[in-house]
Amino acid sequence: MRPGTPRAAPSIGARERLSDWIDRHSAQVFIWPAVIMILVFSIFPLVASLIMAMSRIRFRGGTYKVRFVWFQNFEKQLFGSEQFHFLGTFNGLGLLGWAIGLAVTLLIAWLAIRYLRGRVTAVGLVGRLFTWGLSLGLGWLFAATLFSGHPFGTLGTTLFYVFVGCGLQFVIGLALAFLCSLPIRGRTFFRVVFFIPLMITPIGVGYAFRMMADTTKGPFSPVWQWAGLGDFAWAADAWAARFFIVIGDSWQWIPFIFVVMLAALESVPRDYVEAAQVDGATSWEIFKDITWPQVLPVAATVLLIRVIEAFKIVDLPNIMTAGGPGIATESMTLHALFAWRSLDLGQSAAVAYLLLFVTVVTCVSFFNLVVLRRVRA
Amino acid sequence: MTKSTIGLGIVSALALAAPASAQDYSGVTVEILTRPGPVIAQRLVERGEEFTAMTGAEIRVNEVPFAELFQKILTDWATGTNSIDVGVFASGWATELVDAGLVEPLDGYIANDDKIDIDDIAPYFREYNQKIGGETYLITVDGDFQMLYYRRDILDEMGLEPPRTWDEYMTVAGAMHGKDLNGDGEADFGSCIFKKRNAQSYFAMGSIAAGFVQTKGTGEGIFFHNDTMKPKVDNEAWQEAFRVYKATGEFGPPDELNHDIGDTRGLVQSGRCGLAIDWGDIGPLSIDPSGAAIKDKMGAVIMPGSPMALNVDTGKLEQCNATLCPHAIDGINYAPFAAFGGWAGAINKNSDAEVKQAAYDFLSYVNQAAQSNVDVTIGWTGYNPYRNSQLENTENWIKAGFSPEFAENYLGAIKDSLNHPNMASDLKIPGAQQYTGVVLDRELARFLAGEITAEQATKNIEEAWEEITEDFGRESQMTIYNLSLGITN
Repeated sequence: MRPGTPRAAPSIGARERLSDWIDRHSAQVFIWPAVIMILVFSIFPLVASLIMAMSRIRFRGGTYKVRFVWFQNFEKQLFGSEQFHFLGTFNGLGLLGWAIGLAVTLLIAWLAIRYLRGRVTAVGLVGRLFTWGLSLGLGWLFAATLFSGHPFGTLGTTLFYVFVGCGLQFVIGLALAFLCSLPIRGRTFFRVVFFIPLMITPIGVGYAFRMMADTTKGPFSPVWQWAGLGDFAWAADAWAARFFIVIGDSWQWIPFIFVVMLAALESVPRDYVEAAQVDGATSWEIFKDITWPQVLPVAATVLLIRVIEAFKIVDLPNIMTAGGPGIATESMTLHALFAWRSLDLGQSAAVAYLLLFVTVVTCVSFFNLVVLRRVRA
Repeated sequence: MTKSTIGLGIVSALALAAPASAQDYSGVTVEILTRPGPVIAQRLVERGEEFTAMTGAEIRVNEVPFAELFQKILTDWATGTNSIDVGVFASGWATELVDAGLVEPLDGYIANDDKIDIDDIAPYFREYNQKIGGETYLITVDGDFQMLYYRRDILDEMGLEPPRTWDEYMTVAGAMHGKDLNGDGEADFGSCIFKKRNAQSYFAMGSIAAGFVQTKGTGEGIFFHNDTMKPKVDNEAWQEAFRVYKATGEFGPPDELNHDIGDTRGLVQSGRCGLAIDWGDIGPLSIDPSGAAIKDKMGAVIMPGSPMALNVDTGKLEQCNATLCPHAIDGINYAPFAAFGGWAGAINKNSDAEVKQAAYDFLSYVNQAAQSNVDVTIGWTGYNPYRNSQLENTENWIKAGFSPEFAENYLGAIKDSLNHPNMASDLKIPGAQQYTGVVLDRELARFLAGEITAEQATKNIEEAWEEITEDFGRESQMTIYNLSLGITN
């Protein structure tokens, strides 16, 4: 280099380029360790449990013996000796069963045709195939069990807890939140009271509800007797037991919906509502056309979180009925727990994987086909 | 029993008793795992404090829910974690642990123990409960049989006799059902038998089934065919037992399907049950302050039998005769069921030698007559008699608060069961929990809930048991099953 030649220009350029590169990649640099940690701690258990789900494991002195059985554990649940336990008892379809099954099939066929006539993408098609497949399977499952007079298994019971329980909790939670968002007397007190059940451990809720519902020697036994229900045994009737568990679960989880929806309702700009009131809109019109669209994304999210959580219900049926009468109140998680307790780890893992599949397909379908569609609309 | 009597008993026991060896175990800690207290666990804690005072060994009693107890012990010992030195659990579970080579054999320890007086332990518990394949692996702390309890005062008043068969049970239960049995002005129940799923219902089922199924003596067994290891369940005997069990619910509390043993005992103690099936606990619980409503009002007899029994060749129920039911009395086949077998302690083979010796000495201390003869008379301990000295001598029982008449009656019922040549043994093979605690329990629950018929239930059980047997290996299961029944080739 000759004297007097400027030297700074190239080095400044390199520093700038480095600086630019860091600016562009810093987000990834910071996020990758977290991503790797999450992958390690979620992928490893997933792979390990998948291996378990395809194995028979027997504990021996100082070690354990693993025998690889491929899909036998899943086959046992879906088609083998555990089918009645997981799916239900199939003893032929009744008239109502046929009607429901065909109605579900026609509905899904119509949805499929409608979709295929529009803009089809590879990812969208694959996702919908999973959704349609699961919906069709569940439709015929309930057609062959519930609507044909035969008991359904832990899958049906779990779906009952999810859809009936979450539906009930959402409606009541939203209604309470709406009431508490209005300028009524004592609403601060109500907010605190409605929030308390969420703080209680589910096992405590289970024992409390079991005790309260005991018609023979529970604290409300005299009340039951007085009401002429002394001979009524909720735990001996499949549907009464299921509903009692939903009531206990709802008592605990309505506050969650309530708190989140109250925050959403209170964040709706007052001037929109006041403008509508000035224009003469009714309360129902204000709720339907102004409040509800504003809180819809939050409502969909809170419902999604609640549904994911509800798929894992285990404490209440375990404490209140131990899965009984028969297997009427046994959820899939409880099913897996019972298998695990008897050291049938392969079956336990298989049930857990089936639960994961149903949960993922249901929640992703709900998010893509309901939430995103409404948000985009 | 008054507190002062208990205290006196403990003090005198301390004075008389001693650990198996007079070693100094200072610095040694024995970790014990068992079910949550006070039943079983609390007395271990108290005896542990005494043992610590005598030897310096620290006895730590850890508790997990009953349903997780076996799994915790097996995984701890099998995976080499070895955080537990002693498991106190159902004697029947030990077979799987012994089969996996995880339990310390105890014959050597017993040979050097001049305090345990092993011959005083009743033969069934000494030879069947404590031994597996002829070798001792367990030390009994509780002897378990199910018996039939009845309200003696009510039966006397109504001019009825304690039932001998299940038909008679229904008649007596029906006669008492709806009457006020405890004077509180409310209608009470003719029969109380726990029926909750995932609890103890399958033990009661075994007690009912045994009289229909087993006729040829203890060596026959009620669960499998000895020569093929095929389940002996899908037959008229088990189906009839299922129906009997369900029918008793007609005279029970409305929510009996959700009652476990604790719920049933609560009702019995409050005087609301005319008849009940239970282990030996009701006797001592009836003299507990919480059992004031039934003090000196209870009676106990051997479990009801059946005039019809299983023909194993045809799978049909047939009228008992000298060939079919050689042990029948007045044409009734009794087969008292050693449900659960009793709580017993097993020592981890991989614990340190000094810890194992201290663990054995502690189990021996709890088992010795000086301690156990007091413990079995206290209701809340959950310990039931298993020594001849406990069964032959009513003195301790009377001291504890039994009336002489009830002490004779109660011990007589246990001895009738224990000494019966057709006593039925509980299942003691690898996978016993899966066979009974999962499959039998679940199918029984479905039957009781009306989901399936008795025929479907027994068919399902047979299929599921075959799968488990194949999984564990038929030949080895058959060998262990026969050994557990005292059959050796």
